[in-house]
Amino acid sequence: MAYPTDRKYTKEHEWIQPNGNTAAIGITDHAQESLGDIVFVELPKVGAELTSGKTFGTVESVKAVSDLFAPASGTVTEINGDLATSPEKVNKDAHGSWMIKISLKNPKELDSLLSSSDYDKFVAEEGGH
Amino acid sequence: MSSVETTPASAAPVVRKTTLNAVHRQMGAKMVDFNGWDMPVEYPGAIGCGIINEHMAVRTGVGIFDVSHMGDIRLAGPQALDAVQNISMNDASRLAIGQAQYSALLYPQGTFVDDVIVHRLSEDEYFLVINAGTREKDFNWVRDNTRQFNCTVENLSDDFTQIAIQGPRGVNTLQKLTDADLSKVKFYWVTRGTVCGLKNILIARTGYTAEDGFEIYIPTDEATSARVWNEILEAGKEFGVVPCGLGARNTLRLEGKLPLYGHEISDTINVWEAGLDRFCKMEKPEFIGRPALEKAKANVKRTLAGLEMIERGIARDGYKVLDSAGREIGYVTSGSPAPFLKKNIALAYVPLEFATDGTVLKVEIRGQGVGAKVVPTPFYKRPKKAA
Repeated sequence: MAYPTDRKYTKEHEWIQPNGNTAAIGITDHAQESLGDIVFVELPKVGAELTSGKTFGTVESVKAVSDLFAPASGTVTEINGDLATSPEKVNKDAHGSWMIKISLKNPKELDSLLSSSDYDKFVAEEGGH
Repeated sequence: MSSVETTPASAAPVVRKTTLNAVHRQMGAKMVDFNGWDMPVEYPGAIGCGIINEHMAVRTGVGIFDVSHMGDIRLAGPQALDAVQNISMNDASRLAIGQAQYSALLYPQGTFVDDVIVHRLSEDEYFLVINAGTREKDFNWVRDNTRQFNCTVENLSDDFTQIAIQGPRGVNTLQKLTDADLSKVKFYWVTRGTVCGLKNILIARTGYTAEDGFEIYIPTDEATSARVWNEILEAGKEFGVVPCGLGARNTLRLEGKLPLYGHEISDTINVWEAGLDRFCKMEKPEFIGRPALEKAKANVKRTLAGLEMIERGIARDGYKVLDSAGREIGYVTSGSPAPFLKKNIALAYVPLEFATDGTVLKVEIRGQGVGAKVVPTPFYKRPKKAA
């Protein structure tokens, strides 16, 4: 899997794609693959405050429940309402299925996240355990 | 994102493997530790599988499962029937040769050692199929509680590769590979026949999917096991066969309200609470657990109820059940999205007064009470086929 280079990644398998002072957030292809058929996505409301590293929502597959962790701090400006009715879109195109958009509190927070190639390496190592 | 499997695997010192392990891995199955066994939970989307597809294949076509982790106990001898009667709650004296029944092994308190399928293979020969996680416990229990009878008790758990061929097209799939006339084998009956060139194979019309299907017991060498597995997949191609893992096995059995040990039944839940009355024959001679069950009958306080979520949310194993006022009244034993029914369903122990169909309750999901209602069970019943 080639992970897009236009964004950063967390060790909890979220991606964040910055666009000026805002950013879109989703989960990685590796995450959707390990979850299996996704049937439920629970997201915060517009206006909710996110704190980097804290949970902001939940994604559920038939078999598993997973917390979503905020890759960066900020305020939710938009949620992807499509995912309430068609959560399987995350399986089909994880990197194209953003979940929320936020206005970044501190864009510099992204500097400490994983690059595409670092994340790729991280997944490869994690898979070997 | 951090993931929590909703059915946690128990810690086990050694991970055991079935003879099909390499085949599963080669197919790219996602493997999990299930009661100390390294088992496929689902097969990859890249080959058309995934829990939902696997589940749907069994409901509408055919799916095959490696269930070699299940255990097997053989009782044989002049008093084999008496021994089986003593340790199990169903009435094995009603079994004709070649017939099978759902039953359970009980503790003296009327709670569950395990649930089992009892097969009568010949005049004085019974074959018990037991759960993977309770193999050793079950065998010891059976051996220790049948010593007074003139019969042998053998643990045959490692003697078979057990493959389940499940779904309405299971019969068509397996018929291509055997000389046994499967149309003559009724549900919960067994026969023997040549399967994939292997002589005298035990073929049972049983399963754990609430669907028609078969379970076959073949020799455990790896090459033979792999060959049979692949021949079934080949034979079932025209019926849309897919390999299925434990994920689909769980959602299929949940739709059919088939109990899972450690969830709906356990050493702290009795027969009446679990609603398995029709498999417990109080009129047959003495059996372990009966005196306690006689006493418990008038004192049943909770029962296993079927829930369907009426608000957005998925009930999971262990979640609390609340009444409409938010008071904790019970807990979910198994909960999941139901792929065929396309609803979020659950089984839960609740007090009798909350178990009436239509009662509105709540399930506590991440601190929030989410609406659910009591519905009739089983959630799914397979359509009766015109003969």
